Amino acid sequence: MSILEIISILFILGGVFFFFTATVGLIRMPDYYCRMQATGKGDTLGAFLCLMGLAIYNLDGGLSFGTVLVSTKIMFIAIFIFIANPTATHAITKAGFDCSVKPWTKKKEVQQ
Amino acid sequence: MRYAITFIVLFVNWIIWSGLLDAFHLSLGVISCLLVTFMSHDLLFKRTEFRAGDIAEIFRFIMYIPWLMYQIILSNIHVAKIVLNPAMPIDPEVVSYKHNLKKDVSIMTFANSITLTPGTITAEIVDGEFLVHCLDKKVTDDLNTGEMEDRIAHVFAEDK
Repeated sequence: MSILEIISILFILGGVFFFFTATVGLIRMPDYYCRMQATGKGDTLGAFLCLMGLAIYNLDGGLSFGTVLVSTKIMFIAIFIFIANPTATHAITKAGFDCSVKPWTKKKEVQQ
Repeated sequence: MRYAITFIVLFVNWIIWSGLLDAFHLSLGVISCLLVTFMSHDLLFKRTEFRAGDIAEIFRFIMYIPWLMYQIILSNIHVAKIVLNPAMPIDPEVVSYKHNLKKDVSIMTFANSITLTPGTITAEIVDGEFLVHCLDKKVTDDLNTGEMEDRIAHVFAEDK
């Protein structure tokens, strides 16, 4: 196993870990907005790390115009996710506010 | 000037995505980039004048990205810790945050950066004010130090 392969495995493992926490967060969090917190962040970094891992793994075949080009394209996908994901998170959260979904707070639970 | 920059941006993208450098595909690229530039030159850049400061702005923005990456990783570890903790120590609240940014780009960057960093999501943007949903008390304090806003103001040359 070459060094590049090990690095890409580490990146993809990290990405999978953050996807995992995002999913656990989606199930465990108490309300709409907190769930957005978990998924909006975990997915962004998870997808970014996975794509980084793929881009590095792709370079393993030797540095040529073709492999560098493919890795560049993968990084473009990552950049797109970095712009689109927070915007989508914001849009979904704003939709919640517009429909006046009440945010869950700790105090409320104590009162009930 | 605006036409030229739009064309260059489009054409660089064409070359990256097509990956073919023979005369046929390049000329196809030139033709379609020219067409798109002609039809929608006002979409990519709203303003018509460009200053030398723009390049410095792009450079400062690139310098901002590593700091943002660091914050994003911190944020993810923070959220992962909360999620995997059986007690789930969260205390969510919605706070409003006043900012002093003026340009659309800087407000957009700031809102997206808030969404990406520790336990905060920008929910609503009303003039000069963000409604931010915070996951617990600690991140609210982090946000209120205003460090991120200062950095973005610096990137887009809005220092007072």
